[in-house]
Amino acid sequence: MPDNSSVSIAHLRGDLTATAASLLQELDSLGRIVSTARAEVVALRAEGLDEDLIPSATDELAEIVNHTAQATHDILDACEQLETLQAATPDGSEALVAATTRIYEACAFQDITGQRIAKVVSALQLIEARIGKAKASFAPVVAASVPEPTAPAMLLNGPQLPGNAISQSAIDALFD
Amino acid sequence: MTLDRSIKVLVVDDYKTMTRIIRNLLKQIDFHDADEAADGHEALAKLRSGNFGLVISDWNMVPMTGLDLLKEVRADARLKHLPFIMVTAESKTENVVAAKQAGVSNYIVKPFNAETLREKIEKVMAHA
Repeated sequence: MPDNSSVSIAHLRGDLTATAASLLQELDSLGRIVSTARAEVVALRAEGLDEDLIPSATDELAEIVNHTAQATHDILDACEQLETLQAATPDGSEALVAATTRIYEACAFQDITGQRIAKVVSALQLIEARIGKAKASFAPVVAASVPEPTAPAMLLNGPQLPGNAISQSAIDALFD
Repeated sequence: MTLDRSIKVLVVDDYKTMTRIIRNLLKQIDFHDADEAADGHEALAKLRSGNFGLVISDWNMVPMTGLDLLKEVRADARLKHLPFIMVTAESKTENVVAAKQAGVSNYIVKPFNAETLREKIEKVMAHA
């Protein structure tokens, strides 16, 4: 079945100048795009993307950070206990120090992964806010007020992906 | 030159895990006198009331960042010559340059090892 706007434009076309007809056609196309976008926004709600999936993914990531933090503290507890054994094991003392040092160094993974996950969470919250805004524009009935996350001023971007950052030796060169 | 390992070190990081790791690494390289602060404000208060010989600070902290802390330290007549090492996951050239311009003594990128920490401390203390 032909859509009403197309029929109207087809009827009007005969009485309009070529420019006006072209503009009307453009408006008709824009109307279709808006209509499609609105349908997609409504579909987002049906899929629960903004109300369920994204918040849930954000919570899961926060839990990963909490669990790894707790595990890291447990590892550090054990490591500190090992250090107390150094005096009791003079023969293995040096090896014990080396091993505990390696564990301390490795535990820094939690800070790095925590920062990377925080970046992903920020991205998800931004997507969630954008979806909320789109819903408010296209489908006011289903719109939910989602505050847009604001990045604290003067903070850095956190760990960089390989290739996006300079190395420690390159930084050292700036201080030599 | 012999390094004075009895100096008091202030470790500043809002991530408890990281302060704990750095303090343990400091112990491993024979710096046994360390204290910690969870943000720039707490660090400034401790620095102004204590007798610290070195600051090791993260950059990414709220409300006062490590860079803000560094600027406050450099603007304080009593603290301005205090050796200050920035330890951060951030390694973009412009930020390293910004820290250097603000007067940072050295800069360590996370993750790092005990040897890097020792080397940087020795370097900044040699110029202190």
